[in-house]
Amino acid sequence: MTYMDSLISALQSLKVNVLRSALTTLGIVIGVGAVIAMVAIGAGAESRVSELIKSLGSNLLMVTPGSVTQGGVRLGTGTRFTLTEDDAEALQRELSTIVLAAAPTVRGAGQVVSGNVNWATSIQGVTLEFFDAREWDVEIGRLFSQEEVAGAGKVVLLGATVAENLFSGGDPVGQMVRLQNVPLEVIGVLARKGETGNGGDQDDTVVIPLSTAKKRVLGDRQLRGNLVHAIAIKVSDASLMEEAERDSRDLLRQRHRLRGTQTDDFTIRNLSQIMETRAESSRVMTLLLAAVAGVSLIVGGIGIMNIMLVTVTERTREIGLRMAIGARGRDILTQFVMEAVMLSLIGGIIGVTLGLGGSILIAEIANWPMLIQPQAIVIAVAFSAFIGVFFGFYPARRAAKLDPIEALRYE
Amino acid sequence: MSAPLIQTESLTKDYHVGGGVVHALTPLDLTIAQGEFTAVMGPSGSGKSTFMNLVGCLDSPTSGRLLFDGEDVSRLPTDALADVRNRKIGFVFQSFNLLARLTAEENVELPLMYGRVPRGERRAKAVKMLGLVGLAERGHHRPTQLSGGQQQRVAIARALVNDPLLLLADEPTGALDSRTGVEIMALFQRLNDEGITILIVTHDPEVAEYAHRVVRMRDGHVISDSRNAAPLRAADVLARMTAQAAE
Repeated sequence: MTYMDSLISALQSLKVNVLRSALTTLGIVIGVGAVIAMVAIGAGAESRVSELIKSLGSNLLMVTPGSVTQGGVRLGTGTRFTLTEDDAEALQRELSTIVLAAAPTVRGAGQVVSGNVNWATSIQGVTLEFFDAREWDVEIGRLFSQEEVAGAGKVVLLGATVAENLFSGGDPVGQMVRLQNVPLEVIGVLARKGETGNGGDQDDTVVIPLSTAKKRVLGDRQLRGNLVHAIAIKVSDASLMEEAERDSRDLLRQRHRLRGTQTDDFTIRNLSQIMETRAESSRVMTLLLAAVAGVSLIVGGIGIMNIMLVTVTERTREIGLRMAIGARGRDILTQFVMEAVMLSLIGGIIGVTLGLGGSILIAEIANWPMLIQPQAIVIAVAFSAFIGVFFGFYPARRAAKLDPIEALRYE
Repeated sequence: MSAPLIQTESLTKDYHVGGGVVHALTPLDLTIAQGEFTAVMGPSGSGKSTFMNLVGCLDSPTSGRLLFDGEDVSRLPTDALADVRNRKIGFVFQSFNLLARLTAEENVELPLMYGRVPRGERRAKAVKMLGLVGLAERGHHRPTQLSGGQQQRVAIARALVNDPLLLLADEPTGALDSRTGVEIMALFQRLNDEGITILIVTHDPEVAEYAHRVVRMRDGHVISDSRNAAPLRAADVLARMTAQAAE
């Protein structure tokens, strides 16, 4: 008996009781479908997080002002600005082996006006290091020149969202805009970054030189001298993040003359770590969901085994007859294993179809990110075939071991 | 007398039942020649079924030798026995044992499948066999669409499809009405005339009247072995039945 014969025999006998066959495969259908959908959802969530990490700029430490103690009273974080441009310079100079760039930034919000159009947006005052640290480049136009950064040049780079809203598709380069009533020349539009980790729009911003922001635009009285809101530190390698964090802390403590038990007056956050933690937790979630779905695959397999045992009992006489006309034990074994494999494989294929359809539906309705992975489909189908072999083997072996005389006499 | 097809030498078979031993066959020596039409008779428990299972290579003896077509099959492993059954023996059962989900042709093809005959040749051979038993028109019918006699003919076609040396029939007319039974016996006699060896196991004395040789068994051994000088011709009986029905 060839494998082709076994296959045809298997399909013939499954056709005899279509309803029973369909119900038997249901467990596998649900299991495979669930695994496919869960993996697609999980992979989608993961890819979204890794996109966020990428858009944020990888290997990034953010230094922001921390709590300050004044006359024995601890003030809230961010109430006093403690970081300076010199701090940024020192970080870059002293830690040059592990820090690629340390970018001091100031932030604010304001109205940007072009002709009779205006738009409220966030303002970032930056030095050239900012573009290295955030891995952000211009889409059209150019970056600031050294002179513009040093000399409070009246220039501005627009975020993609701002450019769209002010110029609605037209070329903004060379146009004049007014930011907080300061006229600035648009020298470029930044590349699109997408959403922030918590749903904000990173492209809804304008970027101007740090000096311009402090002297001309923001006019924040708290930002005396060379104080800045934050410093972004770009570390040269992901494996050096912890070292960079520790060294930066030591350096800043030293520069801020903090001794012994005094608390830091700044906070260092590892942004990609936060994102990676989120990625990790979504990975674990995916794994858990897939495991639960996997359990239903096993349950489906047990269902197949159960029905195969019933089938073997029901068809005892047929098995006896087949043996009498020359079937070897192996032939009988192959035939029944083939039936079980067909059941689970058909279930697997239907399950993949439903799983894919389900994922697309969820993606459409719930607007979840969804990433269909071809290897998940291959693995699910192969695994369902394996389940057929695994759970079909015992009943099939029972059939193959029947005594032909007993089997022929079976009522 | 032609060469022996089946030869038993001190053949015994014991069954272990509930702690005791049943000697289903006491040492049995019997020879069946090629081309013979033999009926084995006896009440239940006489050992005739055990004898049939051994001759049919469905079972192995406890001791003694069984030569089938010159080959000692008494110690063969199960797979080798399956091959002997496939190539050399055709089985006909009381309850036909056709597979309900297959058509008559597909049922007849089954032994060819296990004999690894290429798919293309099977159908032609099955069709030819169905023609031989007078069911050329019924190849695409399923067993449920056929009468009992027709089903038994399909079973006979299946038994013949591998050109066996021996046709082994276990109460082949037991489930049929008397006229259909005679028709089946007529078919057997025709096949025997064409040279095939036939062994029928039955408890029906009427069936035995069609055989050339009658072996009677009781308690595991042969009590009589007689030749039937003038066996009934089933074709004649059928003609007489038709005439009676016409009157």
